[in-house]
Amino acid sequence: MTSRNFVIVLSISLLSLLIYPLLVTDRYILHVSIIVMLSAYLACSWNILGGYVGQYSLGHAAFFGVGAYTSTLLFMHWGLSPWIGLLTGACIATFLGLFVGFLCFRYGVKGPYFLLLSLAFSEIFYIVAVNVEFTRGEIGITIPFRGGSFASFQYAQKWPYFYTISAMLVVAVLLTFFISRSKLGYFFVAVRESESAAQAMGVNVMTYKLIAAGVSAFMTSIGGTFYAQYIMYINPSSIIGLHVSIDMLVYSIVGGLGTVFGPALGAFLLVPIAVAMRGWLGGSFIGVHLIIYGAILIVVIIFIPEGLMGIRQALKLGSGSIFRRGAKRFGHALNLKKKFSDRIS
Amino acid sequence: MILTLPLFLQAFMDGLIMGGIYALVAIGLTLIFGVMEIVNFTQGDFLMIAMYTSFFLHLLLKLDPYLSIFISTPLLFIFGIIIYRIFIRPIVTSILNGALVTIGLSLIFQNSALLLFSADYRLLEVSYSSVKITLGPVVIGIQYLIAFVICFTMTISLYKLLQSTRLGLFIKAAAEDRVAAMLVGVNVEKVYMYSFAIGVASLGIVGPLLAPIYYTTPTIGTLFNIKAFVIVVLGGMGSIIGAMIGGLTIGVVETIGSVFLPGSLSPLISFVAFIIILLFKPKGLFGERQI
Repeated sequence: MTSRNFVIVLSISLLSLLIYPLLVTDRYILHVSIIVMLSAYLACSWNILGGYVGQYSLGHAAFFGVGAYTSTLLFMHWGLSPWIGLLTGACIATFLGLFVGFLCFRYGVKGPYFLLLSLAFSEIFYIVAVNVEFTRGEIGITIPFRGGSFASFQYAQKWPYFYTISAMLVVAVLLTFFISRSKLGYFFVAVRESESAAQAMGVNVMTYKLIAAGVSAFMTSIGGTFYAQYIMYINPSSIIGLHVSIDMLVYSIVGGLGTVFGPALGAFLLVPIAVAMRGWLGGSFIGVHLIIYGAILIVVIIFIPEGLMGIRQALKLGSGSIFRRGAKRFGHALNLKKKFSDRIS
Repeated sequence: MILTLPLFLQAFMDGLIMGGIYALVAIGLTLIFGVMEIVNFTQGDFLMIAMYTSFFLHLLLKLDPYLSIFISTPLLFIFGIIIYRIFIRPIVTSILNGALVTIGLSLIFQNSALLLFSADYRLLEVSYSSVKITLGPVVIGIQYLIAFVICFTMTISLYKLLQSTRLGLFIKAAAEDRVAAMLVGVNVEKVYMYSFAIGVASLGIVGPLLAPIYYTTPTIGTLFNIKAFVIVVLGGMGSIIGAMIGGLTIGVVETIGSVFLPGSLSPLISFVAFIIILLFKPKGLFGERQI
């Protein structure tokens, strides 16, 4: 996307986001929209580490949880403004991201091992949050409403939340755009495509992986604070559960890894499906939408590994139909004979 | 809590028994990883399917869980082949896509089970479930003992299968080097299929053994999957002997840990051990890929 196109898309989105709460007055629809925006924001955050640097994490729920719990606990115990909690939480999450990232990258944990390690990392947070006294375990914490105002990050209406999360999403997308256009972004992609080649070209692989981990954790944590302030109730399984991390991963992969709009697009498409499924089958089937997510994830990985943004690219290219290539891949993927004879000759 | 000797022995014995069961779950995982380098996130969910199979066979047909092994194992073998052919084959060359596709499958299985069977905790109760065997200071439930004995025997047989049969030889060859195996005429694609199916079918044995011991829930897979990962990483990805020793170790460490640690903190030991091993000894304590 050229810069001019980007500016046009951006101004149209900004305008529609501004008008949206004025047109939509239904509280439920506005609520769903806020959740959609939050999911898109989280997917964008995940994408910086997962999409641009290629380190797929299943541990982002921990950063989300740090954001939610830090602001809430500071507010409950010391009456500190959630805005201070937001910054504190983000700093703690960044530190954790850098710490875990450093350990993983220093000792060469990557690919599926990184997936497993990050999963274990967030499970540790989950277990601690369930068992420790001051988080009130699985009972969770209800945040008291102390009058809607900007200072207390609590509003009686939905629209201020909508504007807040819209601003967050726009900033996240802009940040991704500038990263993808900057030297930093090129270094990120170099690291993703081939670590050893990047290293050989003089790219400090460790530094760029850590930058991505830190930025990603920072952003995810802010999303956590927003969630806590919006829902006003947090408990370990809804905040640090594995599904939180899986959601971010699925939205990014379905939308298109390492693209500016892909993760948000994935969330815009998938979250309404989840909400509709839940509305259709009732609240007792919490995980039903995950069946659809699982199926979509598999289909995307097997047939359209570039995600929805990849489809757009393929359409632009014309005849190189991405589906045909996917089908081919499906049919002959394990045509090892050909593959290996190629390698040998 | 003060750890007295009888308490320690009891915990040790319980741990050893659970460890034997963990080991067989982990061996399926390690076989699949060792042969085709797929980190299988669905492994635990196959166990869940086996447990439900045995639970409903007992509920509807009054079939003894130990007899339902003979139904659930072939069932899972065939299921494994189907899953392999449809979902695993297209992505078998990419280790990361393998992980992601199995995560997707796991989401589908778990939540379908949730939809079909609800989140209720179900325990298969057999008439002899209160029979206990006393060995000195240690008391063992009969179903635990049976589970341990069968799991241990199966582990040994699986090891023997790999060591001394033609299929085992092929599997080892394919795990060692795909291309070379192919060059000497091994049908690698078939070997992959059978290894996957064997890895899944081993859970057809564990499921019915676990159903009278553990509550069957749709999410039981996650619990066992994570434990199996810990064991496999501990023992070395792809090592069967490693998975056996790893299973017994984790079983014992966890039960003894649960005596000390308050609440549900005892899984913490496994996770911390997992992270430390993955970081500092990623090939496991016994080296890797010795199928």
